[in-house]
Amino acid sequence: MIQAILVFNNHGKPRLVRFYQRFPEEIQQQIVRETFHLVLKRDDNICNFLEGGSLIGGSDYKLIYRHYATLYFVFCVDSSESELGILDLIQVFVETLDKCFENVCELDLIFHMDKVHYILQEVVMGGMVLETNMNEIVAQVEAQNRLEKSEGGLSAAPARAVSAVKNINLPEMPRNINIGDLNIKVPNLSQFV
Amino acid sequence: MSDIVEKTLTALPGLFLQNQGGGGPAADRASFSSRLGGLIRGITALTSKHEEEKLIQQELSNLKTTVSAPTTTLKMMKECMVRLIYCEMLGYDASFGYIHAIKLAQQGNLLEKRVGYLAVSLFLHESHELLLLLVNTVVKDLQSTNLVEVCMALTIVSQIFPREMIPAVLPLIEDKLQHSKEIIRRKAVLALYKFHLIAPNQVQHIHIKFRKALCDRDVGVMAASLHIYHRMIKENSSGYKDLTGSFVTILKQVVGGKLPVDFNYHSVPAPWLQIQLLRILGLLGKDDQRTSELMYDVLDESLRRAELNHNVTYAILFECVHTVYSIYPKSELLEKAAKCIGKFVLSPKINLKYLGLKALTYVIQQDPTLALQHQMTIIECLDHSDPIIKRETLELLYRITNAQNVTVIVQKMLEYLHQSKEEYIIINLVGKIAELAEKYAPDNAWFIQTMNAVFSVGGDVMHPDIPNNFLRLLAEGFDDEAEDQQLRLYAVQSYLTLLDEENVFYPQRFLQVMSWVLGEYSYLSDKETPEEVMTKLYKLLMNDSISSETKAWLFAAVTKLRPQAHSSNIVERLIQEFTVSLDTCLRQHAFELKHLHENVELMKSLLPVNKSCEDMVVDASLSFLDGFVAEELSQGAAPYKPHHQRQEEKLSQEKVLNFEPYGLSFSSSGFTGRQSPAGISLGSDVSGNSAETGLKETNSLKLEGIKKLWGKEGYLPKKESKTSDETEVLPVPQESIIMENVDQTITKKDQSQVLTQSKEEKEKQLLASSLFVGLGSESTVNLLGKADTISHKFRRKSKVKETKSGETTSVHNMTCSSFSSSSNVTYEEDYYLDNLQDTEDKELKKFTLSSELLDSESLTELPLVEKLSNCRLSTPSLFADNNMEVFHPPQSTAASVANEISLASLLEETAELTHSDLMEVCNNETISVSSYKIWKDDCLLMVWLVSSKSGEELKNTNLEIAPAKNFKITEQSECCLPVVEAENTKNFQYSVQMEEPFTEGNLSGSVNYQMMDTHVVQLDFSVNLSLLDFIRPLKISTEDFGKLWLSFANDVKQNVKISASQAALPAALKTLRQNLRLHVVDIIGNEGLLACQLLPSIPCLLHFRVHGDVLALWFRSSCSSLPDYLLYQCQKVMEGS
Repeated sequence: MIQAILVFNNHGKPRLVRFYQRFPEEIQQQIVRETFHLVLKRDDNICNFLEGGSLIGGSDYKLIYRHYATLYFVFCVDSSESELGILDLIQVFVETLDKCFENVCELDLIFHMDKVHYILQEVVMGGMVLETNMNEIVAQVEAQNRLEKSEGGLSAAPARAVSAVKNINLPEMPRNINIGDLNIKVPNLSQFV
Repeated sequence: MSDIVEKTLTALPGLFLQNQGGGGPAADRASFSSRLGGLIRGITALTSKHEEEKLIQQELSNLKTTVSAPTTTLKMMKECMVRLIYCEMLGYDASFGYIHAIKLAQQGNLLEKRVGYLAVSLFLHESHELLLLLVNTVVKDLQSTNLVEVCMALTIVSQIFPREMIPAVLPLIEDKLQHSKEIIRRKAVLALYKFHLIAPNQVQHIHIKFRKALCDRDVGVMAASLHIYHRMIKENSSGYKDLTGSFVTILKQVVGGKLPVDFNYHSVPAPWLQIQLLRILGLLGKDDQRTSELMYDVLDESLRRAELNHNVTYAILFECVHTVYSIYPKSELLEKAAKCIGKFVLSPKINLKYLGLKALTYVIQQDPTLALQHQMTIIECLDHSDPIIKRETLELLYRITNAQNVTVIVQKMLEYLHQSKEEYIIINLVGKIAELAEKYAPDNAWFIQTMNAVFSVGGDVMHPDIPNNFLRLLAEGFDDEAEDQQLRLYAVQSYLTLLDEENVFYPQRFLQVMSWVLGEYSYLSDKETPEEVMTKLYKLLMNDSISSETKAWLFAAVTKLRPQAHSSNIVERLIQEFTVSLDTCLRQHAFELKHLHENVELMKSLLPVNKSCEDMVVDASLSFLDGFVAEELSQGAAPYKPHHQRQEEKLSQEKVLNFEPYGLSFSSSGFTGRQSPAGISLGSDVSGNSAETGLKETNSLKLEGIKKLWGKEGYLPKKESKTSDETEVLPVPQESIIMENVDQTITKKDQSQVLTQSKEEKEKQLLASSLFVGLGSESTVNLLGKADTISHKFRRKSKVKETKSGETTSVHNMTCSSFSSSSNVTYEEDYYLDNLQDTEDKELKKFTLSSELLDSESLTELPLVEKLSNCRLSTPSLFADNNMEVFHPPQSTAASVANEISLASLLEETAELTHSDLMEVCNNETISVSSYKIWKDDCLLMVWLVSSKSGEELKNTNLEIAPAKNFKITEQSECCLPVVEAENTKNFQYSVQMEEPFTEGNLSGSVNYQMMDTHVVQLDFSVNLSLLDFIRPLKISTEDFGKLWLSFANDVKQNVKISASQAALPAALKTLRQNLRLHVVDIIGNEGLLACQLLPSIPCLLHFRVHGDVLALWFRSSCSSLPDYLLYQCQKVMEGS
């Protein structure tokens, strides 16, 4: 299980902090700081695995990190995860970010913090790897983005219309939901007739 | 990839312009989102942490007013939330916004809801009280027709959800498993997995649905369900063996490229799925040949298919290797796996090297020769620039340590230890060094020096067991007394030298160890007089940097040294100094020393030299005071009542507030004098109490004894089995050799051999030969030419057993003494004295007398009863005197205790062995297996009869019982029962003990047999065992019942309705006695006292009362769960009859 996902820049400024296990607020900050110091000390040409130390639960836990330009991506996992597997999962996550933001950079992570979280939610859910297929992740995120656009354009329209458009604009939406709506409406219509 | 993240903060201004230029129809939105931009810009412009804090506090107070203002729209709230999330991420408290996050999730439209949910999942935790407000929203969203809403709800459920609210959403999520959209099904599976993690008993009923998810047509859903199976198989692999075939098929398909191309990652088919499946197979195949056989093919294929072209194939390979070594071994596969490990270890990529070392560490126990193949690589890794690689190498070396290479390996570890600063690493490594040093130390000097290094580096962070074990080792010694003295002497000398050094600070723990050793063993040193040692200790005592705990140790050492010293200047100075100390603890020690100091003879007897291992005998019952107590009693003092008894009385006196049915029933039953159901013992005598407290005291005193201080129990045997294992593995010749000699031999050999090698390489070779000496077979080992091993030096004596038995006997003695001495108390004033003889019939008479008394209303005459019970207790040791020195063998004490009161004899107990009927458990066309239970007094004996139907002789019949949780099963080789032995029948007997009480359990096993020339056939069977199989009557007297009753803390009360036929007391009693095997201790009016025990010896007492058609049951036991289970059985019996 993944205990925490931390992203911070070369100066240790947190850019994404997501814990899947309960830690008190101060401990969370301490973990971010200590992880940063652990990772910072390491050259780029030595291995990407670290032992978590006493703070995150001892020898059963590993820190697996990757360094991209200005950012460190650190996953804290227990022994039930494969080290190399997680290393590639970080790659998948970053590539997905890149696809979603078109040439991702640190600023995207800062200004679209919420979006980064949504993307992450499609990769890792509650500490478990949900999806590793990049196309699938992007598709899910795009679906949500379209939702956002449609809503932005119709901000003044009545809510009913919005939800109607929402469903039209989402090709991924299964038919049966629309059918379901129709089914509800049909008896009403017949009454009118 | 690194070029992707190239834009830097210099691009900031442009981005802001973009944002602000975005205006248009959503102008207010843009202005709002630019506030986040503004905030971030503000923060990045700052230089100091302090300014940042000021800015954020400002921002937070702005936000606070905004979010609580009624005019704030949900849309604005959304923006505020994002800013709040940002502030929280930086570590500032934004708790005022939590409730608004929940509101947003409740009320917002899709987008706002999404932000709300995100904020909630980031802000709150599972047990946060606000989370309850979200449950309704989640339920509503789960029922929504909008997919996005359902997804969001499922996500939040899998992130944080209050455990007690699971039932509210569980059915909804279960429904989602049938949803037409796979993303929903997948998320639902993970949400259920989360529930399984936090509340496994709540999702037990949907295991069948997990199986459905495993067979889902969508790969993603199936992959999600593997999370659950991985977990469950890890917990209990035997329950899922039947799924092995499915997992193997899935893996075959994945490896064979049958999945859609979508799932390829760098042209490797679904690597994460493969990894997960391999892990599961590894768990399933562990120690199970049949299951392992199923997976050999697919593992072989995986190994073959994974061509080394990408990082992720290595991940799969690594899992493959791990699985191959976990399951039942197959030589072909092992060979291939070993090759793979070689590839990892030799890889220039550092990550792979790390994993290679990890794999080696895992494999090394099964195949030590593999380490030899890679010894040069391992040596290189030892000096690797990456500390993580070094750590892993040391871990590997730790596993291959033996008596020959210990010095080199420990030296390497110490080197690493001196470099590292992380506390966690130090603790870990120090423990390992201490363990190795203890196990394989070649000589005294090395051992003590290594331990010195451990103590000074490990200091106060190391595990407290390390110094404790070390001291115990010194104290208890080994088989050879002279050797022990040498070791102690060396320790003393080395500590004295260490203390001589000026301006060196040692960790407190180290000082404590030193002070203990000096206090105990400095007499061994001729060079230093006790006075000199004391001077050194005194110097330490006056040092301010030393903690008061250490000072207490130092004080103890001085106290121990005092009787050996001739002059007492220092001691007097110490006393003077510390009797006025502000530290009360030290002052106490000083006063103790002062008083002992005044009587040197007493001091010498109290603190004998080199006696730290002898057991002290203490009269904990304080029986020497009994005479005094008796005198006081005769003068009318109130008898002593133990604390719990006083409390009970106090409780029962507050009758007005007692709403429990028992309180009422007692007052109506007419026993005005009685205050507790076991009221007879209420006025229980002084002697009984003193015996009891005496026992307790014995325990606590023992705990504080020196023995106890130096470590926990159970450590030694474990250690020992380890060492003995080692001895089996390694041949241990007599000769011992010091490492330097070894090195010399190597150099000689090498000189002739490798002239071409550079000096550096030669050094490495040397190191390698000293590291890997003693590994593998003789022929492969030798760069050395000579394989000398050192016999285990520090093998411990099996002291624990002795101590234990010693303890029990002394406890026993204690009991006896207190019994005997207490008898005197009563002796003196008992006016039944004349009647008391040591003869049976008299005793009997007395019993009837006492029961008569009990039956009449004589309870108002409590003292009388009390004395009676005293007499009974004390009869056997009438001739004991008051002296604490005299200990009596238990003689007839037990007999009298076990004696039953005459009433009980009304209900006869059958003495002979009872057994169940013969029952067939399984059969096939040739044999049949039947079993029956024999309820022996001390265990449950299970007998299985295997008989062949055709009457042919059974060959090689074997019966195996699978180890079951909760049961301790031992085979009974000798027949203790007359069983028909015929050629066509075979019987197997097992005695079964229950380890934890529970209602019902299953014992499964299998029979292997061979008929004539056919192959071996296996037949599985299982037998049900219930709690009642392990319940035996406990025969005790009413007094003992009373005493036990008060001493038990766990009680359960329940009223049970009974049928009219049961309504009379005798009928109910009979049912309980026959069906539950309870022993009837006493019957008083319409109340009954019963007792039983759960084998081997957990007592449980039952007090019950019939009141109309209601049976009031009251159980008490020393075990917390037993009363519940018994009550359940009781209810079953009463309802059933």
